[in-house]
Amino acid sequence: MDVRSQVSMVFHLDKCIGCHTCSIACKNIWTDRKGAEYMWWNNVETKPGTGYPTKWEDQEIYKGGWEKNGDSVSLKGAGKFKGLKNIFHNPHLPVLDDYYEPWTYKYQDLFTAPEGDDQPTARPVSLVTGEHMDVQAGPNWDDDLGGSPDYARQDYNLNQLSQAEQEAMFQLERMTFFYLPRICNHCLNPACVASCPSGAIYKRGEDGVVLINQERCRAWRMCVTACPYKKSYYNWHTGKSEKCVLCYPRLESGQAPACFHSCVGRIRYLGVLLYDADKIQKIASVPEDQLVDAQMDIYLDPFDPEVIRKAQLNGIADSTIEAAQKSPVYKFVKVWKLALPLHPEFRTLPNLFYVPALLPTMATVSNGIYDSTSKSLWNDVSQNRLPMKYLASLFTAGNTSKIVEVMKRLMAVRLHRRGVTVGDLNRNEISSAMSEAQVDAETADAIFRLTSLATFDERFVIPPAHREESIEMLENTGDVKGNTGFGFKERPARGL
Amino acid sequence: MSRDFSMVAKHADQWIPCHAGSDGAFWMGVTHVILKEYHADRQVPYFMEYVKRYTDCPFLVELEKEGDHYKPGRMLRANRISKYKDIENGDWQLLNIDAANGRLVCPKGTIGSRWAKEKTGNWNLKYEDFLDNSAYDPELTLLNQSDDVYQVEFVEYGLKKTALRGIPVKMVETIDGNKVPVATIYDLAMGQYGVGRGLKGEYPASYDDDKQAYTPAWQEIFTGVGRETVIKFAHEWAGTAEITKGKCMVIVGAAINHWFHGNLMYRAAIMAQLFTGCNGVNGGGMNHYVGQEKLAPVDSWSTIMAAKDWVPGNRLQQAPIWHYINSDQWRYDSNQMDYNSVPKDNKYSQMHSADWTVMSVRNGWMPFYPQYNKSNLDVVKDAEASGAKTDDEIRKYIVEKLKSKDLRHSVADPDDEINFPRNWFIWRGNALMSSAKGHEYMLDHYLGTHNNKIADEVAGRLVSEIIWREAPKGKMDLVVDINFRMDTSALYSDIVLPTASWYEKADLNSTDLHSFIHPLSAAVAPVWESRSDWQIFQALAKKVSELAPAHLPKPVKDVINAPLSHDSPDEITQPRMQDWAKGECEPVPGKTMHKLVFVERDYTQIYNKFISLGPNIKSATLGAHGVSFMADDVYAEMLEDKRHVQKVNGVEYPSVKEDVEAVNAVLTLSTLTNGKLNDRAYKNMEKKTGLVLADLGEGSKDVRIDYKDLQSQPRRYNTSPLWSGLMNNGRAYCAYTYNVDRLVPWRTLTGRQHTYLDHDGYIAFGEHFTTYKPSPTPQVYGDIRKTVNDGKAVMLNVLTPHGKWHIHSTYGDTLRMLTLSRGIEPCWMSEEDAAAIGVKDNDWVEVYNDHGVYCTRACVSARIPRGVCIVYHSPERTYTVPKSQVRGNRRAGGHNSFTRVHLKPNLMTGGYAQFSFHFNYWGPVGANRDTHALVRRMDKVEF
Ligand code: SF4
Ligand code: SF4
Repeated sequence: MDVRSQVSMVFHLDKCIGCHTCSIACKNIWTDRKGAEYMWWNNVETKPGTGYPTKWEDQEIYKGGWEKNGDSVSLKGAGKFKGLKNIFHNPHLPVLDDYYEPWTYKYQDLFTAPEGDDQPTARPVSLVTGEHMDVQAGPNWDDDLGGSPDYARQDYNLNQLSQAEQEAMFQLERMTFFYLPRICNHCLNPACVASCPSGAIYKRGEDGVVLINQERCRAWRMCVTACPYKKSYYNWHTGKSEKCVLCYPRLESGQAPACFHSCVGRIRYLGVLLYDADKIQKIASVPEDQLVDAQMDIYLDPFDPEVIRKAQLNGIADSTIEAAQKSPVYKFVKVWKLALPLHPEFRTLPNLFYVPALLPTMATVSNGIYDSTSKSLWNDVSQNRLPMKYLASLFTAGNTSKIVEVMKRLMAVRLHRRGVTVGDLNRNEISSAMSEAQVDAETADAIFRLTSLATFDERFVIPPAHREESIEMLENTGDVKGNTGFGFKERPARGL
Repeated sequence: MSRDFSMVAKHADQWIPCHAGSDGAFWMGVTHVILKEYHADRQVPYFMEYVKRYTDCPFLVELEKEGDHYKPGRMLRANRISKYKDIENGDWQLLNIDAANGRLVCPKGTIGSRWAKEKTGNWNLKYEDFLDNSAYDPELTLLNQSDDVYQVEFVEYGLKKTALRGIPVKMVETIDGNKVPVATIYDLAMGQYGVGRGLKGEYPASYDDDKQAYTPAWQEIFTGVGRETVIKFAHEWAGTAEITKGKCMVIVGAAINHWFHGNLMYRAAIMAQLFTGCNGVNGGGMNHYVGQEKLAPVDSWSTIMAAKDWVPGNRLQQAPIWHYINSDQWRYDSNQMDYNSVPKDNKYSQMHSADWTVMSVRNGWMPFYPQYNKSNLDVVKDAEASGAKTDDEIRKYIVEKLKSKDLRHSVADPDDEINFPRNWFIWRGNALMSSAKGHEYMLDHYLGTHNNKIADEVAGRLVSEIIWREAPKGKMDLVVDINFRMDTSALYSDIVLPTASWYEKADLNSTDLHSFIHPLSAAVAPVWESRSDWQIFQALAKKVSELAPAHLPKPVKDVINAPLSHDSPDEITQPRMQDWAKGECEPVPGKTMHKLVFVERDYTQIYNKFISLGPNIKSATLGAHGVSFMADDVYAEMLEDKRHVQKVNGVEYPSVKEDVEAVNAVLTLSTLTNGKLNDRAYKNMEKKTGLVLADLGEGSKDVRIDYKDLQSQPRRYNTSPLWSGLMNNGRAYCAYTYNVDRLVPWRTLTGRQHTYLDHDGYIAFGEHFTTYKPSPTPQVYGDIRKTVNDGKAVMLNVLTPHGKWHIHSTYGDTLRMLTLSRGIEPCWMSEEDAAAIGVKDNDWVEVYNDHGVYCTRACVSARIPRGVCIVYHSPERTYTVPKSQVRGNRRAGGHNSFTRVHLKPNLMTGGYAQFSFHFNYWGPVGANRDTHALVRRMDKVEF
């Protein structure tokens, strides 16, 4: 058992209001720079939709992630070996139009326009070329089902559905959507790291944050292709790749990443998961329908004395182990089994988990009259507007029973709470729903609390940084004191 | 409940896509089920007790004979029967029947008891008779003890039908010896909603009867929502309310408020709440998220804002009326009865909205400035020159001149040059775009610039009160915009005064709903030449004072036409709706017409008054909403702090020169942030109501919050009698809990929540009952009279809801948010409608009608149903507006280019209890949701 610690995340999709505040927080801090305008390390997608960059989920196009290869896995498109062969030609790389061409407006025209018959207006100009441009795409072009014929109806996950089922999803009685905020998953088996010919990408030992060393990046862009989530971006101005850094400078000072901190819907949770690094290869290569369960297996019980002992042996600080015990992510993912990884079939073992959204129940339309009724107060999950197959394609590599399990558990919590607050539902109905979902009253109340009432401190349990660890790496602590602030990026060279 | 599958619908358990504008019909159906199953078939005790105590249901209404049947009329006045004939404010005292003995009683808590001068301290909701304090038990229904059952006419505007329904009545002997039939409002509500209870008449046979209002089957016709859904919804609603004692809530945004019949839609939803006891209960109630940007410390703030500390009179205008008249939109409006469903049997319902406005202003119902076709100052001078000495003599003079039409109200002749508003300061609003219903009309008649309206003027032959002249262009001489961003209003202004943003100044932020008061603090200095609003107005005041010696060196007397105001005895001045100009009564200022208030103006002292807190605070009460208190001692305390004192002409005043000083003055003088004053205000309320209330302020008695306190952390403010939500011991703010828990009356005619509105104007317009009126059709509404569809366009109902990250256009027009919004404010339309006109996603389209045109890109989406399109509120002309093809290659406008103001007359009434003017509370809305436009593809896009 090789115990390591990973800062992990849960996004509760029922709570996401699609406000993009998270994206703005991130953009303002990290990517408001030349060459980075088109990057949204945090982006929010509407599902169904094709996302950003468009159709990123379709690895037939982008060749990202790993594929199973016997008892192991290999990179789908941009292995070091394949990549080197394709050194000057990387056909699977997304181009700017797959993201969008960033723009601004020629505001000056409002002031300088010559006198005319009518009012001046500021036209869009490209932030890349400076020329007038026709805006054709954006970072969330299909927000709220915008352009549904071209986007929502082309959603990759619809492939799992029949034509008739797909059509039904866009009728009044069934139509729905939900938001899917995305950041880098800081994977346990990161394809980006594996693909980099320069070894510029690394996973930090203390918290598993995946970073690109800007000094070492040589513009291969293999990571851009390799990341199946398209969360590594190429800066055309600096010639380096960049990605989400999970706001590590904030984490190190005990603050939640900006997108977490600013989240209006309070959908985000952050905490430590302990995992067994010995199992990565084996788990990454199990058959698809077992992927979710297998991934759960890799995460360890932070209360298990053996796990604690091994963790300590690996140099994991007691404070980190304590954080793992209080981790809201651990609860959602391991204990309550409510949160699922996004596209586990990409086999990168992502560390961002999603609680799927319970959407309005289906309705019927006959003779133009719309009815939305159900026998019970809330319908059964089978009446969910989104087909379970669709959700399974997103979160369980196609395993629908796993999705149904989660939805039933979420519903059981609601039934229980209605019993507590109003008490008008049939007791037997509630208890049978709860036993089927394997939640008792205490668990249901705890889920309710962490979902609806949790404070900042309950949502973000950040392991304290141990600055002594970085100090230990130095020979002479005095050498680095005061360097920053005097304008030196590196230590001044003293002789040879 | 929303026409489109919206960002909110996504979070719901059930989505109900009722047809746009039909929400009221849905709620009518819901309430039908509630009344049938929870009131008639089975009486839920909690509901019964609630409607008895907190609504007007037990009050008596006179039935008026018409042919062989009866019509519901006004409430029976107490002074009409012998026992109460001499009762104080007898026209405003109303009657119930005591369930114990069948006798008439006169409940406390009515508006008559509120303004009683002799028998004070009885304005409360106890079950006690106003005259003799005897206890009684209000009778809700006469079903089992009626003298007779009369056939009463109920009008239904959806199918345009009347029904005669049996209503149990009692005969009451009046002082003139007649016997008049009366019914309880509760029984009439049953009649209105069509719940038969075994009575004879045209009651619906069942929920499935779609011929009779207001069954679940009937509402299907208008909403497109199935009866089963309505029935189930009603069961869930009432079932939950029964168990939880009223914890059912409606949360609504601005949308409903913007329909022509928005008032009826609101009322329809509120009825479901009243009949299930949901208002004034934490977890229940009507939460409308519009207009909530009210400053919570309104007692002190309004004093300083309106300079009442120096001058006890002000001119505050109701905006939709003002723009309707001044921007000449009325000229293009046909008679409202063409598109408003109104009874045709009375003269009031047949008047053009412009005539109604004139009538409303002269009778003191609504304000309108400028006032006269002569300077106010000159009017007073003329009066004095003709020998008038006292205020009353001047009043007499003015009344005579108005009567003889030697002096005219400006509102009656808005296109005479003398009446033009000349200077327009747009302060922070975006009055020329986001809120400018009828934007293109403003461009023409205010600014005299290029516009895209093609509508014909149609009002000429329809009006008689307002004078018809040739339409002037460009009435405004000077437009000044005070703003921190380049919006459309700034684009059109002569002068832009840049103001500091939220992070560049000291200021306060609060609303009545969220119970916290927040500071704004300067994180950075105001950029470039910008200043805080307070400093900008101060600079203006200074300049005026500097110039005054040359122009108006001496103090002058000004006369203010002030409307009859809510929360004052003005609201019991007009028991009947009468128009003095038609000879229906004599014009008496402050009684049958607006008030004439005199103030002294000294323009040389404006600046001095601006920077110092005036002496009126020593001598008069502060307050709001009928709550008042003295703050003389606090004023004296403020004077002791010599760091913050202004010496003006040798006298010391508390200083409000600096922003922080003004902020602190607001905080120091408000009940919300000064516990001593709060205690005082509660004690005054105790005197008014005869109730124990001061305990509510006990826990906050020593609270004193100042700006520094807020800067360290926003504070929750005191529970105060200014607002109706009780927040003691951490309780969440919920409106009307003060009334429900403590029996303080609502500020209405009966002192209860009204299900029936017996104002003459409401009866005239058929809105005395909550009812459903269908949305106006585009032709009669005037949207699409001249605009012709050549077959390449589709006609859609254009909805302009708030966008998800806009406050109007603020925030929405930043580069970041535009990047997340396709770079434009698109026109969302359904896949089907787009296909019908060959539009693909992101194609350029024109959205146009008689008023104007907006050019934008289509956002084609399955979540939009056929027949409607959405342009989120609000675009700006500042970015990406191409030239319109349908308007000959001239620049298009914004979302208000295709709207025009329509005023609903009965929302302009006044002098009658809750229908009395209160700035920002009472008056008609501009109504833009009923708008239709054609949408077509652009094949050429030019800038
Ligand atoms: S999400 Fe992509 S960029 Fe992030 S760690 Fe995983 S593979 Fe790398
Ligand atoms: S800030 Fe939170 S609620 Fe808003 S879009 Fe991002 S994840 Fe969703």
